[in-house]
Amino acid sequence: MTARIGVVTFPGTLDDRDTQRAVRVAGAEAVPLWHKDKDLKQVDAVVLPGGFSYGDYLRAGAISRFSPVMESVIEQAKAGMPVLGICNGFQVLTETHLLPGAMLRNNHLHFICREQKLRVESDRTAWTADYTAGQEISIPLKNIDGQYTADERTLDMLEAEGRVAFRYLDGNPNGSLRDIAGITNEAGNVVGLMPHPEHAVEPLVGTGRTDGLGFFTSILKKLVTA
Amino acid sequence: MARVVVDVMLKPEILDPQGQAVQRALPRLGFQGISDVRQGKRFELEVDGPVGDAVLARIQEMAESFLANTVIEDFVVKVEDEKAEGEK
Repeated sequence: MTARIGVVTFPGTLDDRDTQRAVRVAGAEAVPLWHKDKDLKQVDAVVLPGGFSYGDYLRAGAISRFSPVMESVIEQAKAGMPVLGICNGFQVLTETHLLPGAMLRNNHLHFICREQKLRVESDRTAWTADYTAGQEISIPLKNIDGQYTADERTLDMLEAEGRVAFRYLDGNPNGSLRDIAGITNEAGNVVGLMPHPEHAVEPLVGTGRTDGLGFFTSILKKLVTA
Repeated sequence: MARVVVDVMLKPEILDPQGQAVQRALPRLGFQGISDVRQGKRFELEVDGPVGDAVLARIQEMAESFLANTVIEDFVVKVEDEKAEGEK
């Protein structure tokens, strides 16, 4: 038996199919979850994919937070279920306060779509165990509201607790404070990042590399050996 | 019907790249002497019935949990002049 990983679709989600595919490429079962559905179908983990849920109205991720599916996701995440938020998913996680801080418009106001080099700062999360701390990876980055911000005290806390999970390398693409590309909660089960690992799991497409596959193999190993 | 207005602004310490872009465009358009622009959001809520303390408290709660993200934004709740409203 393999792990069942839920992939949420909100109205306006774009990357749910790629995320489902990445889950399958890693060897797990992808379970589509609908935003109106409180039932998580007994999945072992959930991915909130990228896109523009609810048209980014109000603020990116602000309305998704109140969808029925998120009620269950928040409850389960607090109980330890692994949750990964990618791009818009990361924005949803900050809006729900499962992760600290918030996302602002990129400091240069342009939409970015490019390959981005990152350093994996923490291999102690549910989604990064297959990497080694300090490892450099390259995966796509595509967003306009990607500037991570938080107050100094929160940033210092994240650094001190080793909760900065990913940092941008070779130039900060959006003005994110301390080059932060992704963070984790204290327990390491909830991780959010702006770049897109699900677009880099097969050599044929995306960056031509498979640097993002480790997210999905990490979670699979964790769930199967648990 | 009464109107309650919620103004949401980025906190002063938060960078506002949109406001900056507007400010930079001003001299080019012939508007001189504006040293800073901050861009915010205004919500106009048409409330059924009178706006008492309980209603205002609920709107305060709505602003804090939904209309504004208090990690990056401040908000102000104002009741529009009831008398002016009555004259319409």
